[in-house]
Amino acid sequence: MNVIERIKDQIENNPVVLYMKGSPDFPQCGFSGQTVQILDACQAKYIHVNIFEDPELREALKAYSNWPTYPQLYIGGELIGGCDIVIDLYKKGELPKMLAAVNGTV
Amino acid sequence: MTSELIKQALTAAFKPALIEIIDNSAAHAGHAGSQSGGGHFHVTIVAQAFEGKSLVQRHQLVYKALGDMMKQQIHALGINALSPSEDTKGSL
Repeated sequence: MNVIERIKDQIENNPVVLYMKGSPDFPQCGFSGQTVQILDACQAKYIHVNIFEDPELREALKAYSNWPTYPQLYIGGELIGGCDIVIDLYKKGELPKMLAAVNGTV
Repeated sequence: MTSELIKQALTAAFKPALIEIIDNSAAHAGHAGSQSGGGHFHVTIVAQAFEGKSLVQRHQLVYKALGDMMKQQIHALGINALSPSEDTKGSL
């Protein structure tokens, strides 16, 4: 599997995927950490990919998503956005609905 | 100044009705992301190009206009992108 196939495999076979710096237990950037907190507040069931452990994917996903920064949240195979979009959707009450729509909650 | 370059790039791309850049870099000095030299900025921009676009699409348009600046000069960018019809609250 090449890197694009790996990305597609991850986002198509997992309802919620968070590409982040570090891990949920040890986020290595404030924006990744805030996104984890919001997902936890929504009781989201998600997998994470630590982009520091996969330099090839880190660069490829930026181009694939047309999005130059991390974190990146995918729900149902679609890019939702980075930290500030996730915060915005949470404040508007839309994020829990989006998660529920893909069975992405605990 | 990076904030001036951001303003020039976005003004050229969107002909905005309003644009404001805030440089928050000082608040983040010293953490891992800023060590590579990238700054933290927040941009508020009002332009016709955002009419009818989703949040993701609006951010993608802004990132595209900034191009390579996102790789070096900018570590993080907060974006508040509105269309002229949405900018009615007088909050700016």
